Amino acid sequence: MGNVGALLQNPAIWRGDRCARQLPGISTGFPALDAILPGGGWPQGALTEILFEQEGIGELQLVMPALARLSAAGHGLAWIAPPHVPYAPALTAFHIRLPRILIVRPKEDRDRLWAAEQALRCGACKGVLAWADGEDGQRLRRLQLAAGEGGGWGILYRPLHAADMPSPAVLRLSVERAGGGLKVHVLKRRGSAVAPIHLDLSSRVPN
Amino acid sequence: METKLWLSVYFPDWPLEMFFQGEAGIRPLVVAQAGGGAASIVACNTAARQLGLHPGMTVSAARALVDCLDVRVRDAEKERRSAANIAAWALQFTPVISLAVPQGMLLEVSGSLLLFGGLEGMAACIRKGLEDIGYRVLLASAPTPWAAWLFARAGKECLLTAAREAEAHLRRLPLGLLDQPAATVDALDAMGIRTLGDCLELPRDGVARRFGQELLDELDRALGRSPDPRVLFEPPVHFEDALEFPAEVWQADALLFAARRLFVLLEGLLKKRQCGVQHCTLTLFHEHHATTRLTIGMASPTRDIQRMLGILRERLGQTELPAPVQSMQLAARSIVPLEPRNLSLFPDAEQAAESWQLFLERLTARLGSEAIHGVGGCADHRPERAWCTVEPEAARELPGGESRPLWLLNPPQRIASKEGRPYWQGPLVLQSGPECIESGWWDGAGIARDYFVAEGRAGCRLWVYQDRRNARAWYLHGIFS
Repeated sequence: MGNVGALLQNPAIWRGDRCARQLPGISTGFPALDAILPGGGWPQGALTEILFEQEGIGELQLVMPALARLSAAGHGLAWIAPPHVPYAPALTAFHIRLPRILIVRPKEDRDRLWAAEQALRCGACKGVLAWADGEDGQRLRRLQLAAGEGGGWGILYRPLHAADMPSPAVLRLSVERAGGGLKVHVLKRRGSAVAPIHLDLSSRVPN
Repeated sequence: METKLWLSVYFPDWPLEMFFQGEAGIRPLVVAQAGGGAASIVACNTAARQLGLHPGMTVSAARALVDCLDVRVRDAEKERRSAANIAAWALQFTPVISLAVPQGMLLEVSGSLLLFGGLEGMAACIRKGLEDIGYRVLLASAPTPWAAWLFARAGKECLLTAAREAEAHLRRLPLGLLDQPAATVDALDAMGIRTLGDCLELPRDGVARRFGQELLDELDRALGRSPDPRVLFEPPVHFEDALEFPAEVWQADALLFAARRLFVLLEGLLKKRQCGVQHCTLTLFHEHHATTRLTIGMASPTRDIQRMLGILRERLGQTELPAPVQSMQLAARSIVPLEPRNLSLFPDAEQAAESWQLFLERLTARLGSEAIHGVGGCADHRPERAWCTVEPEAARELPGGESRPLWLLNPPQRIASKEGRPYWQGPLVLQSGPECIESGWWDGAGIARDYFVAEGRAGCRLWVYQDRRNARAWYLHGIFS
């Protein structure tokens, strides 16, 4: 191991970690998670995918501290076709500023990605949450481009079986419940692969 | 006295452009005017001209020559309204505009030349602006309005500023251009007097005796020897303008392109009056079908036509037309003052607010206002009434509780129970509770429930309750996502 360490000091060797162009990050509020994300947080101006099997394990709580920070800074948060009602008392408890929340419920499915794209592109919504089932990569690619244009943070919730599908998102996580907390697997990030981490959801740092 | 400079704008194809702007139709088309006996042709398009038709012909003669001739009747009221809209647009160049000439307008521009980069710059600006909305123009300038007008009418696009130079050019113009009876011009022509210069050489008293004072007056006005007061154009209070298509239109893109011309005129009027609009209506006319009305509503008053066109694009995408469109009309009735804004030292916040507004407008235009809302807190102990949907950005904030789930199921979902235990995708294990909520007896929607936090399949945490009034049935009311 010592030999490998010495070898890696060789300036002729480039490591994946360093080459990755880092997007500015929004701190996740969980130091353990920040440590493994390139840019030290959720990537701004890009799409983040969160894959989960069962709702109710804390998949929303994972993004709450960062959303709270964005809303406190006066940025809009757009929720495109959420599966249930985002409950105002709980949002307030997570320090989300309610006036910054915009819920969009298009009647037709095809308008959902359109609305998400508009939200990401407009630049005033710095956090955009969307839920997708079997969306194809081509249409998600448009979201990624729109996020790059508007500089916002796109969060796409997808079922776990979508892990096998190609995705344009720069960051893909899958989460599962483990021992009172969340086990976070990084499926894709800019840089080299990292081991899954265990996250205690109550360990978030206060804003 | 400060020297004046008049720029005249002449629309050579004006009667045709009333019916289609900029697009040369493929079918022969003439515009006719009923005057005295038979209707006669005032203007004809290229296709008609190639078939041997020319202005001055009677319509019956033209019909005898060309089979499928499209004859449109000149509409004086519509022409007057179009002229007013163009003049309103041109007010961005100068406040001194006169419409007292047929098929044209006169602008006094000496005061604003500097702003537009000199006479050439301004003429180029006006020409480009008008060509963009589909009008061919001839431009000329001179120190007097009448000289400028004569140059433009003669097709001499000269930009003159000095009186001496203008006089030299004027002398070479043919007499036929003057606003004099044909008999006068013919009589002078018979005497070998063909140009204005020839006429000016004649002794004044003799000319006055033979042809009347009017001829001398007109020459004097052109040369600036006598004053030429003009009635100034006043911008209209409302905006309304229409345009017809040479052929019926189905495509949204073509409609959008044509509508842009109307919006440019609207923008001109709004700019001049320092006003904006919050609503305007685009009406599409079909043959044998009721008209289609598209209302373009903005979140705040504006005069930014890109914004209006963006909304119109969405509205057109949503609308199903019953039939092809023959003509369209844009009307803006409520024009409101738009306060000029100070530029911000840190433009980011302002830009963000603006793009947020634009985003809301675009969403509303496509999805309808009912698809967009915010969430607010309400002071009620009943969980389903502790929140409400509100207008975007109008949310009330109340202190929340850590014990509440992020997702609320609306309405609560009845779940099964096995041996008195709740069951949802598997048996649920109650972790904390009960939290008894009993409230609302006063408005007939009272509840009495015991709430629990339960853990289910794969460790998911749920908010369930047991209804104490209804046989202790179990319900799922929230998810701690």
